[in-house]
Amino acid sequence: MQQNMQNLLLEVNGLKKYFPVRGGVFGRKVGEVKAVDDVSFSVMEGEILALVGESGCGKSTTGKAILRLSEPTEGEVKFQDQDVTKLSAEEMRKLRRNMQIIFQDPYASLNPRHTVEKIIGEPLLVHGMTSANERKQRVKELLDVVGLSPYHASRYPHQFSGGQRQRIGIARALANNPKMIICDEPVSALDVSVQAQILNLMDELRDAFHLTYIFIAHDLSVVKHISDRVGVMYLGRMAELASKDELYDNPKHPYTQALLSAVPDPDPDYQRERIILKGDVPSPSDPPSGCAFHTRCPYAMDVCSEVRPVFQEIEDNHYVACHLYSDTVQS
Amino acid sequence: MPKETLLELENLHTHFLTDNGEIPAVNGVSLSLHKGEIVGIVGESGCGKSVTSLSVMQLVPNPPGKIVSGNIHFKDENIVKASQKRMKQIRGNEIGMIFQEPMTSLNPLFTIGNQIIEAIRFHRKISKKEAKQESIDLLKLVGIPRADEVIDEYPHQLSGGMRQRVMIAMSVSCDPDILIADEPTTALDVTIQAQILDIMRDLNQERETAILLITHDLGVVAELCERVIVMYAGQVVEEGNVREILKDPQHPYTKGLIRSLPKLHGDEQTLYSIPGTVPNPGLKKTGCQFAPRCEFAFDRCFNEEPELYNLGDKRTSRCFLYDKKEGDAAEHAESTLGS
Repeated sequence: MQQNMQNLLLEVNGLKKYFPVRGGVFGRKVGEVKAVDDVSFSVMEGEILALVGESGCGKSTTGKAILRLSEPTEGEVKFQDQDVTKLSAEEMRKLRRNMQIIFQDPYASLNPRHTVEKIIGEPLLVHGMTSANERKQRVKELLDVVGLSPYHASRYPHQFSGGQRQRIGIARALANNPKMIICDEPVSALDVSVQAQILNLMDELRDAFHLTYIFIAHDLSVVKHISDRVGVMYLGRMAELASKDELYDNPKHPYTQALLSAVPDPDPDYQRERIILKGDVPSPSDPPSGCAFHTRCPYAMDVCSEVRPVFQEIEDNHYVACHLYSDTVQS
Repeated sequence: MPKETLLELENLHTHFLTDNGEIPAVNGVSLSLHKGEIVGIVGESGCGKSVTSLSVMQLVPNPPGKIVSGNIHFKDENIVKASQKRMKQIRGNEIGMIFQEPMTSLNPLFTIGNQIIEAIRFHRKISKKEAKQESIDLLKLVGIPRADEVIDEYPHQLSGGMRQRVMIAMSVSCDPDILIADEPTTALDVTIQAQILDIMRDLNQERETAILLITHDLGVVAELCERVIVMYAGQVVEEGNVREILKDPQHPYTKGLIRSLPKLHGDEQTLYSIPGTVPNPGLKKTGCQFAPRCEFAFDRCFNEEPELYNLGDKRTSRCFLYDKKEGDAAEHAESTLGS
């Protein structure tokens, strides 16, 4: 949207997260699930970068690995020129003040035994606001910002609806004035009418507090609405990354094309060519050789099963990992 | 053109008895389903769409749930008071059902084959061998690869999309007249959802199975249904042809719902959102259930309950704006919307 966001905030280079698969009597490592397999991207200050993909594509793991809530196996995560992966636990704790997260399930991510005041006040206390009165004041401010009322502070999570709980989660993330918020499917559990309220709120907050979001979602219409740039993931790899308009109007990767054509459209007059993919997403513990998508790709060639395509820029700021476009770059 | 009516609900009331009093989950729903038709029921969580479908099958857990009044006509029979014995014959055989969560609706201890064969042999007298062959054919029909191997596998060995295919295979195994699908694709990814919707459309066209599709996704409705019923707080608020409802919604709730959807095609800066939240079904209130959130609400809406007004051409809307007596208000709303 705005073009005055040239400052690089976050840079992810060759990020990998492998989970060991253990088996046998002695629980030895018998394999690996490559949840995130060599993903690179950067996030500018003030922008909303969306990561989309189907379940198991590694979008949530990417978000968690950036915050080191799940320790990355390999790769570099640079936040304001500081390599996050090399920080000590204490330094990381301090840095988390600037990197917050909102979770998908507003029912599971709030402690049912704590009042809202305690939930939102906790991060303030952790980051050094020791005066109870100050905290109380700040909690009230935050509740106001997210559209709740100050009297809600003494209530417990079960007394709120799903949308209100998500607002509490947002207030908690905002408590320490972070620079960046990772939003992991923040509206997937909400009804349409409430979803619209939360999306609008997030948009307003971004403008008001100059936030940067990494917005993880599977709903392509929601992503289209909120984001500036979109990365499409498949089986732990980035398939395509481009600005929102470019990606939706001119998708290059066959997977992106299929994904976009599969979204049911509520406009009964909208005509399009449906691409129905065959089969299921392969298991990430045994991903196909070469391009991970070749087993379902309508345009698969011989080379696709042998060589993993390079994730490269084929047009201005339009990155694709697909052999169909490898010539374009060379010529 | 009017085809044979298969299922007709008349003023159905299903209530739940809880510690906090009686909660009307379904509050006077009437609807009909004809042969070979696909009808969608849409609404947000808690609007009573699932309880409506469970009531048809008499699967509402009792207690606390209870069908308090109303009739359910299946073909020529009123099944609202049918015996459990009769319901067992109907379920699976004449009315099939698919649920949202394919993992919890399959028994993890039995193979896929076991479960489909059981369903077939419960209703029809055929040998195990024949039933097995038929199961394999059904699995092939719903697009399961290696059907002859999958039949000996357990549910946990299959992916979500495959499990949902197995559920569909099972529910159509006895060639039911009606298939009730309760959020069949909600737990699935979009590319898999497209596959499942395709299978359901084929079943409808090839076998003339009538489908009652319950969903919260207006996109899925646009894709599959001919007619749609919009529910809010246990009541039908609008009914009509899919095209007309999505293009030209009449009830303020439907209008708000459609406007608050982020669109894949089109560019909107701020989404419209319906203020407030879905009312707590335990709190009884007078007047229109949607009035507190409605931008067109006037005094009458808070005091009197609107009926379903007929707008002609099989369209109805539960809103006073369509009462002839309220001509001025309707005009006012029309002009507000136009601006």
